[in-house]
Amino acid sequence: MIRSIKTRRQAVLVVCYGVIAVFMVFFLFPPYWMALTSFKTNQEIESLKGIPFLIQQGATLKHYQDLFTKTDFLIYLKNTAIITTLVTILSLVISVLAAYSLSRLGFIGAGILGTGVFLTYLVPDTLLFIPFFKIIGWLGLLNSKWSLLLVFPTAIVPFCTWILIGYFASIPRELDEAALVDGANHLQMLLRIFLPVAVPGLVAATMFAFTISWAGFLYPMAFIFSNEEQLLTVGTVTTLIKGDVYHWGGLMAGALLACLPPVLLYAFLMDYYISGLTSGSTKA
Amino acid sequence: MTALRQEPLAEEWARQRARRRSSVLARLRSKPVAAFLMCLPLLVLIVGLIIYPFFYSIYLAMLNKRETQVVWLDNFRFLFTMDTFWLVVRTSFLFTFTAVFFKALLGFILALVINTLPTRGQRVWRGVSLVPWVMPLALSTLGWWWIFEPTHSALNWILVELGFAPKSWLADPFWARFSIILVNVWYGTPFFMIMYLAGLKSIPLELFDSASIDGAGPFQQLRFITLPMLKNIIAITMLFSTIVTFANFDIVRVLTRGGPRNETHLFGTFSFRLGIESGDVPLGAAVALVMFPILAVSAFFILRGVRRSVV
Repeated sequence: MIRSIKTRRQAVLVVCYGVIAVFMVFFLFPPYWMALTSFKTNQEIESLKGIPFLIQQGATLKHYQDLFTKTDFLIYLKNTAIITTLVTILSLVISVLAAYSLSRLGFIGAGILGTGVFLTYLVPDTLLFIPFFKIIGWLGLLNSKWSLLLVFPTAIVPFCTWILIGYFASIPRELDEAALVDGANHLQMLLRIFLPVAVPGLVAATMFAFTISWAGFLYPMAFIFSNEEQLLTVGTVTTLIKGDVYHWGGLMAGALLACLPPVLLYAFLMDYYISGLTSGSTKA
Repeated sequence: MTALRQEPLAEEWARQRARRRSSVLARLRSKPVAAFLMCLPLLVLIVGLIIYPFFYSIYLAMLNKRETQVVWLDNFRFLFTMDTFWLVVRTSFLFTFTAVFFKALLGFILALVINTLPTRGQRVWRGVSLVPWVMPLALSTLGWWWIFEPTHSALNWILVELGFAPKSWLADPFWARFSIILVNVWYGTPFFMIMYLAGLKSIPLELFDSASIDGAGPFQQLRFITLPMLKNIIAITMLFSTIVTFANFDIVRVLTRGGPRNETHLFGTFSFRLGIESGDVPLGAAVALVMFPILAVSAFFILRGVRRSVV
């Protein structure tokens, strides 16, 4: 009896690993194929002989070299790094202040504003990019990367506020009372008590702000036209493919490198990311 | 401070300054003022960068192409007579419902499977599964674009090896739609898996224990415990995904740019084509606004679901 339960359990596990293997091939094939292509020589990419899933004629770093020496990749990288850093800081400051206020200060209208935050975070970028295009035009920010400081937080702040409200709400109220008795004001309380306790929430919010901003595609596509101001996503997709013959190796090298920062960030801080994701229920 | 105390006037100043400072501090301590000040940046953002642009976009959608004259609903009337517009509507619905269905189904299967594994393995596979969702979508779609390339790339190589005819994936209307849905399913399934897995973990194990004592098999447990317990999270996740999928831009823009012959345009990409690329801002705004009712209905049900799960 016990043995049959054990063998059944093993059979179930074998089936499970089989299913997982199929999913992993599906999930990981695109990045694998991108990496493979980026290390192949042009002749091998063009060649129709042999199995394409392996590198058979020797690996090369030439596509990566060319990316840095012959394209504007570094300009895009710099622009994206600047914008992402500033947007992340800006969004976090706004979100932390608002989340503290909404979760603790219980003022009139806090409930409505909380719902409002939730609803605004459901607003997709494709709904508002046309009015933004006009507004950015008035401000004289068309074709400037700084326009993104204005529009990226619209997608990020509501979401970060929403996750942080959840984290702040889980901090016991005795802590605030103790601090208030000791004569702390709300700003001190936020900085000295809430933020240290809510570090996991802050890490999750920072990661979200970073990834959303880093991956932003529609806004830079709509508002920025020159190479000097362009971001990594749009720059890689639009300028690296110019020409009659696609340089697949270089294109994949660029795409893969541009993916790396969010993927690495995630690899090191996965648990924060997942707890933020599942606590706030989010977009996909 | 000690130096100031020797002079009466300086002492008076210091006292005044201290009084002023303490009144600022007192104000920061009072709840309503602090609450308002702390929410102010958020309020400015919501009003200035979401509510105002939304109403402005309604106004824009009612202008003529040169934006010199209010033509009320003419843009919408024009859209409704346009064959391409109805094609976009059909594609958007097909894309959204098919993609959300498969993401939910595959995400559920994967979550169940991962949940069956020993705990240590769960973390690893959950982590690796999230890779598609962490890569910036426009860039991973670029990878897919290369996978779909007809002569030198992977998919057709496999087809030919298996004895099928190669396909021109992105040039044929059916396969182009298939491709954008496939990429969306690839991108979104990990998110569904994560949400469902979190849901599965929240079901008390005693429920399964007592069910199996009562003789319920795995499928009965799935049917009468797992699914009912996850009903809310399944619904919320699908509604969320409906909004985001419906409003997608990156995949179509990178893979097909709406082609062949506008067969794969979604609202977002079509609005971009008209509003930004063809310079007809009002018509582009009108196309984007047509999405709004669908988004609003989904948002309403999400809000209801979230409230219910909190209560």
